[in-house]
Amino acid sequence: MNTADNAVEMRSISKSFNGVPVLKDVSFDIRKGEVHALAGGNGAGKSTLMKVLQGVYQADAGEVLIDGKPTLITSIQDAKAAGIGMVFQEFSLVPSLTVAQNIFLAAEPLGSAGLIDDRAAVRRAREVFAEMEVSVDPQAEVSRLGTAYWQLTEIAKALSQNAQVLIMDEPTASLARHESEALFELIDRLKQRGISIIYISHRMDEVYRLADRITILRDGTRLLTEPLANVTPEQIVEGIVGKKIEGGLAYRERVSVAHEGAPLLEVRGLNAGKRVQDVSFSLQPGEILGLAGLMGSGRTELARALFGIDRRDSGDILIRGERASLNSPQQAIDAGIALIPEDRRAQGLVLDHSVRDNLLLPLLGQIKRGPLLDSTKGKDLSSSLIKKFAVKVAHPQRPVRLLSGGNQQKVVIAKWLGTDPDILILDEPTAGVDIGTKSEILEMIRELASAGKAVIVISSEYPELLAVSDRVLVLKDGSVIRDIPRSDIADEEYLQLAVQGV
Amino acid sequence: MSKANTITPRDTVATRSFGTKLKELDWRRYVIYIGFVVVFLFFAVLLRDQGFLSPQNLLNIFRQTATITVIAVGMTYVISCAEIDLSVGSVAGLSSVCTAMALSQWGLVPGILAGLAVGLLVGSINGALVSLLGIPSFLVTLGMLGIAAGVAQWITASAPQPILNDTFNMLFGSGDFGPIPDLVVWSAIFVAIGAVVLNRTRFGRQVLATGGNRNAAEFTGINTKRIKFQVLLISGAVASVAGMLYAGRLQSGRFQWGAGDELSAIAAVILGGTSLFGGFGSIIGTLFGALLIGLINNGLILAGLDSSQQQVVRGAIIILAVALARKK
Repeated sequence: MNTADNAVEMRSISKSFNGVPVLKDVSFDIRKGEVHALAGGNGAGKSTLMKVLQGVYQADAGEVLIDGKPTLITSIQDAKAAGIGMVFQEFSLVPSLTVAQNIFLAAEPLGSAGLIDDRAAVRRAREVFAEMEVSVDPQAEVSRLGTAYWQLTEIAKALSQNAQVLIMDEPTASLARHESEALFELIDRLKQRGISIIYISHRMDEVYRLADRITILRDGTRLLTEPLANVTPEQIVEGIVGKKIEGGLAYRERVSVAHEGAPLLEVRGLNAGKRVQDVSFSLQPGEILGLAGLMGSGRTELARALFGIDRRDSGDILIRGERASLNSPQQAIDAGIALIPEDRRAQGLVLDHSVRDNLLLPLLGQIKRGPLLDSTKGKDLSSSLIKKFAVKVAHPQRPVRLLSGGNQQKVVIAKWLGTDPDILILDEPTAGVDIGTKSEILEMIRELASAGKAVIVISSEYPELLAVSDRVLVLKDGSVIRDIPRSDIADEEYLQLAVQGV
Repeated sequence: MSKANTITPRDTVATRSFGTKLKELDWRRYVIYIGFVVVFLFFAVLLRDQGFLSPQNLLNIFRQTATITVIAVGMTYVISCAEIDLSVGSVAGLSSVCTAMALSQWGLVPGILAGLAVGLLVGSINGALVSLLGIPSFLVTLGMLGIAAGVAQWITASAPQPILNDTFNMLFGSGDFGPIPDLVVWSAIFVAIGAVVLNRTRFGRQVLATGGNRNAAEFTGINTKRIKFQVLLISGAVASVAGMLYAGRLQSGRFQWGAGDELSAIAAVILGGTSLFGGFGSIIGTLFGALLIGLINNGLILAGLDSSQQQVVRGAIIILAVALARKK
């Protein structure tokens, strides 16, 4: 192959931390105008490889060629100068500055007397957005914009620095479906302009939609690099997790749990704010209810109202046939409800605290001795939870921040299951976790239901909803528009159409 | 779903009508100006017979707020960078003492240099401890507050240090430029430079970026440690100038000068709309914050309240203003 066609070529990169090899002789190349998917489980070395390319880490061995020329990248600035731009997973903009100010941060156009010319920045930002064929107001303050616009701003920022290679790490993680589609179209346009994109994603449909080739890493080595036409999704999944997933994403009938009398949870004519309007449904023990709907359809708001976070305007919630007053999360917890929130970093965990402290937070009542906390009881309880939910952590005292996304999610789930709730609400339980952990979490949900708990799963990923739900409620503009038993849903497309309200 | 949330090519929010812009206007950021006008009108009516509106009294307000204004300009940089500097009042005191002592020994220029050196030294120690060792600025500057105040008292054996150099006194606080007291000129210079540097230079933008999202700033290639060092250095240097303004106005150096000013300065900055969490700062807001505090002090004195009552009313007004200005 002619190396001149490569925008970037990384040759035999090795990197270890404290003697532990993270990358072993990994080669990776990307052609001009190519979308190259990079896949691998947590700890496979994807992010380390990308950080080497961005100059955050220095490789122990190997070299990087940009446009066929060996290039030394020892800092973020070097990477930028070499035309490598990053669209971060954790958005990296300054919320209090405007879009244009963010795009040109540290590279502001200067006017007379060396002062910043914000007008020129706005003008140039407009030009960049025009080239991207999207419209974003350059003068809007970033904190007031939705995440889709944050991402566009980040892409514009990279392009304004003449990036030739863009690294996108799970770019659709926080986008609604139609926003993702707009992003894909943008990626197609960038490609036509000869810009190369390294696309990191766990979502197979996106990889097949966008990528020309895929490289799979496992345990710090390169497993394969192939055009997507030559690999099947099963091969990719197998390559990532290193084993065949046995029906992880396939729906399985479970033995139904015996129940009699009133349902475990019954909601009658619930109204809460604008996004929950006249919602009624019931839930039996052992049942998994999926909530589907577009962004803004009221899924999360319904969960919040059930958990007593948002005020109920009218309607009744009955638990085992008795009217429950759920006016605060505390009352909801007492009534046996647990909510595993959408954004685990912001709402589910105290990131700097240890795994143990996080696990024990809702359980402090259980480990009291008199007015004081019993640290031995706490240790035992947290260790048993870590074991039960197979959380991979070197020591329970390690801060949760250091865990992978999937393991953080396990901590959040374990934390709430420690309270032994009867009704469990999970909002986007597998967002941003790798496919191996994803099937573990889905299996966990099935086991909980089999143990007699009632589970509500909110998810934007239809395969996931279809994998676990016994019934799917479709929400639109705050109201239930469909209530479909799983057996009536033939495939993803059927659900997709139902959600779109067709 | 509304159209404005959709990203499709050549669509959406490029043009916002004036109406939506007006609705989006964050009035909380301007609450200081509204508050200033309301308090001013209130006193103007209530105290019309006590001479509140006389040019002499209004100039007095400016003069009395000048040192706080100057300190608060430096503080705006520190706070919008998501740090805090509690040592400014003591630095002002120590600077006034060192200036006075060096003046009587070696003359005008060494005196001024000694004062500035105090601010640069304390500021760089604060900055180094915060940016290099990563100690929270709250703790570093709290310690420095005690150290600087103690040193000032120690080297003077608690005695005031008179300043007999008329040039110095005229230049720093006792003189006038035509009809305008030079204290007013000093604060105008600091506000003007402070506003331009914060809003229109790369350094200022980097201060805001560091305060708004340090990680993002770091990944954009901004040396955030250096920025943190620099804002604390600036704050120390600016506080030492304020100390010299005390020395010139009161024609002496004394360890008590400036004591407690850190709190007034922080109040002025927050009243002015600068975010206590960093990322947004307004020097003009800070000026009005300082003037509002001065206005309240002056009005309460004219209204005949004694100093204990003044403190209570001032505290209540500050809490009220900050409560109104806070984000939802």
